[in-house]
Amino acid sequence: MIFGIPIQALMGQLLLGLINGSFYALLSLGLAVIFGLLRVINFAHGAQYMLGAFAALLLLQSGGISYWVALALSPLIVGIVAAFVERTMLARLYKLDHLYGLLFTFGLALVIEGTFRYFFGASGKPYPAPAALTGVVNLGFMVLPIYRGWVVVASLVICLSVWALIEKTRLGATLRAATENPVLVQNFGINVPLLLTLTYALGAGLAAIAGVLAAPVYQVSPLMGTQIIIVVFAVVVVGGMGSIMGAIVTGYLLGIAEGLTKVFYPEASNIVIFVIMAIVLILRPAGLFGKDV
Amino acid sequence: MKPLLELKNVEAWYGESHVLHGVNMHVAEGEMICILGRNGMGKTTTLRTIMGNLRKRTGEITFAGKDLITTPLHRVAHTGIGYVPEERGIFATLSVEENLMLPPVVAGGGMPLREIYDLFPNLEERRNSPGTKLSGGEQQMLAMARILRTGARCILLDEPTEGLAPVIIQRIGEVLVQLKKRGMTVVLVEQNFRFAAQVADRFYLMDHGQMTAEFPVSELAAQMGMLNRELGV
Repeated sequence: MIFGIPIQALMGQLLLGLINGSFYALLSLGLAVIFGLLRVINFAHGAQYMLGAFAALLLLQSGGISYWVALALSPLIVGIVAAFVERTMLARLYKLDHLYGLLFTFGLALVIEGTFRYFFGASGKPYPAPAALTGVVNLGFMVLPIYRGWVVVASLVICLSVWALIEKTRLGATLRAATENPVLVQNFGINVPLLLTLTYALGAGLAAIAGVLAAPVYQVSPLMGTQIIIVVFAVVVVGGMGSIMGAIVTGYLLGIAEGLTKVFYPEASNIVIFVIMAIVLILRPAGLFGKDV
Repeated sequence: MKPLLELKNVEAWYGESHVLHGVNMHVAEGEMICILGRNGMGKTTTLRTIMGNLRKRTGEITFAGKDLITTPLHRVAHTGIGYVPEERGIFATLSVEENLMLPPVVAGGGMPLREIYDLFPNLEERRNSPGTKLSGGEQQMLAMARILRTGARCILLDEPTEGLAPVIIQRIGEVLVQLKKRGMTVVLVEQNFRFAAQVADRFYLMDHGQMTAEFPVSELAAQMGMLNRELGV
């Protein structure tokens, strides 16, 4: 017993919070990567997450393609679609006010979700966890479903890899430079428009990976993106727009905060993230990890 | 001999405002020219127009036989031109070494990193510091060193001495002399013509978006009266 709460229940909710946090981190990371370079608030991010999950489901249903292959293939498909959308549509809006990018991606999300709802209905469809990850392990203080443990580990590895890519490599240095001064980077002979396309594809691909990881945990439904993306935007605001590490750390922290609230004061669990957002906005408007602009 | 860089009747606009009114200029391979002129006369704009940052422009700009007007923005550097902007353009989120390694190599014959660090030992000492933590002089060295690595044949230098202490200005002058020895072509924009007089081969005077005078360094003494009048020094 801790604070009058059975340790099993506490650990259970902590794990649940960590899993939600894993999705928040992956999704807010993608948003931060896109916002950092493109200055676009990607409202289509939830739809891209949903597309990732649907791609995995459809690959399984029509071709019997396994979870593991889908984990690689689905972000690739969503990334290519996103690159096409960026090149043919989004790229035309960069010269205009940022609001247009936001409105465009918001409209795009409505179109994608509406189309999927028309063809697949609003109800969720189950996606089986891969055989290798079914079952549970008994950790002594709690029983851990293996798939949930996998989600946490996979999300951590992906988030840290993306962070390292941006902060520690030549390509990442080019991305950071293009964020600061895109014209000068072009003057050095770097193809910034191509960099923008690849970045948008990377962000969308991250959302799709989160979608595939989520498919066996939640159900695959056209509305799954809308439900989670509002929370993810709150996470990004708390972490600070455009901060890569901020997005990751805040994602996990707020997931855990949500889980713990379920233990101690369940009534508030749905709003705790937004309460934190409001407090952070009052005390530190640039976000926990954001730089004042 | 055909010039390496040539501008013929170049006009350019910032949005609706007409800023270059028929610029004519030529620079031979290995030559160091200096554009003089008061603030706001179009010196920086001329460099930015050569690089392609002003897309609304007419006339002819050729470099090594290539038409730069039709060259996409990110391809201009690959013709062999390196740009050191007025505000130096050091990236705050990149370390000194990342700043140095950022511009892609565009041609063979660039200075290897080892040689750059021998020429600018301060940069090696501070290779892992954020770029903008360097002093103004060090940032200027970094901005120039960054272009030397790429193998560019021609470097556009915008007011390299602005806001720097005399001892640093002297150091920049030494670096320019070394570049000249290596056969680098340099287009220098300067307000400080006492500095420019020590390094440049030829001068242009710019006034209201046009080149209004051109003379070699040998005529500098004879032109002093006119320069003092025009530059208000």
